[in-house]
Amino acid sequence: MSLSATDKTRVKDLWEKVTPKSAEIGAEALARMLVAYPQTKTYFSQWGDLSPQNAQVRKHGGVIMAAVGKAVKGINDLTGTLSALSELHAFKLRVDPANFKILGHNIILTLAMYFPGDFTPEVHVSVDKFLQNVAWALSERYR
Amino acid sequence: MVEWSEQERTIITSIFASLDYEDIGPKALSRCLIVYPWTQRYFGAFGNLYNAEAIKTNPNIAAHGIKVLHGLDRAVKNMDNIKATYAELSVLHSEKLHVDPDNFKLLSDCLTIVIAAKMGSSFTPEIQATWQKFLAVVVSALGRQYH
Repeated sequence: MSLSATDKTRVKDLWEKVTPKSAEIGAEALARMLVAYPQTKTYFSQWGDLSPQNAQVRKHGGVIMAAVGKAVKGINDLTGTLSALSELHAFKLRVDPANFKILGHNIILTLAMYFPGDFTPEVHVSVDKFLQNVAWALSERYR
Repeated sequence: MVEWSEQERTIITSIFASLDYEDIGPKALSRCLIVYPWTQRYFGAFGNLYNAEAIKTNPNIAAHGIKVLHGLDRAVKNMDNIKATYAELSVLHSEKLHVDPDNFKLLSDCLTIVIAAKMGSSFTPEIQATWQKFLAVVVSALGRQYH
């Protein structure tokens, strides 16, 4: 389900509002994922306690969200933009790609919480498609 | 058998106690039809679904959203036996409505997102986890009688 011009515009427009709060939103999304989908904690066992207040968890959520922001800027070539990150996830982190969908859901939920007025169903579908495409580009180097 | 702690029961009953069915029901169903357009296949008789605006203002969809949300009331009242509670509804969805059970999860995700948008930061990670556990049990029960 590739991105139309309308999808790209909606995502970029929303991201103008997301960017100033990117670190906070990322922290929230990752923290929620670890609580609501405990199986995802298996990838972060090195951090010990994985509660939402954990500074490492929150910082890492910010790192992830910054990368998503980079993907928004490179929305016309996600495979190229995310190529290095894809290699990282494929060869080093070995995150099962099914988890990209889980984190995507939590990012969307957090966006809905932060921007209840802006996150209309139309914007939601474009963001959902965008995150799916990001997940696809991120899995590019897996096999 | 699904185990529920006292805290989980309290979370679920309190969300439903303050739920505005007339607001949340229509929003959840219409969002599902817009974000996952293939789910419109079950609503051929509901009138104009041509675009997001039409879906959002369609009175049949709104009424049905409220109905579906009230359908969850029985699960809240019978949390220790959701599977049996929904056996008949599961048969209905399979034999009569022919709904692909994967679609239950799509609607359940949209409902979660609408409630999160309404509750804001009071929809804590722990509340989210409990709410999603509840919906997962409902979704599983609804798919149980398919064969």
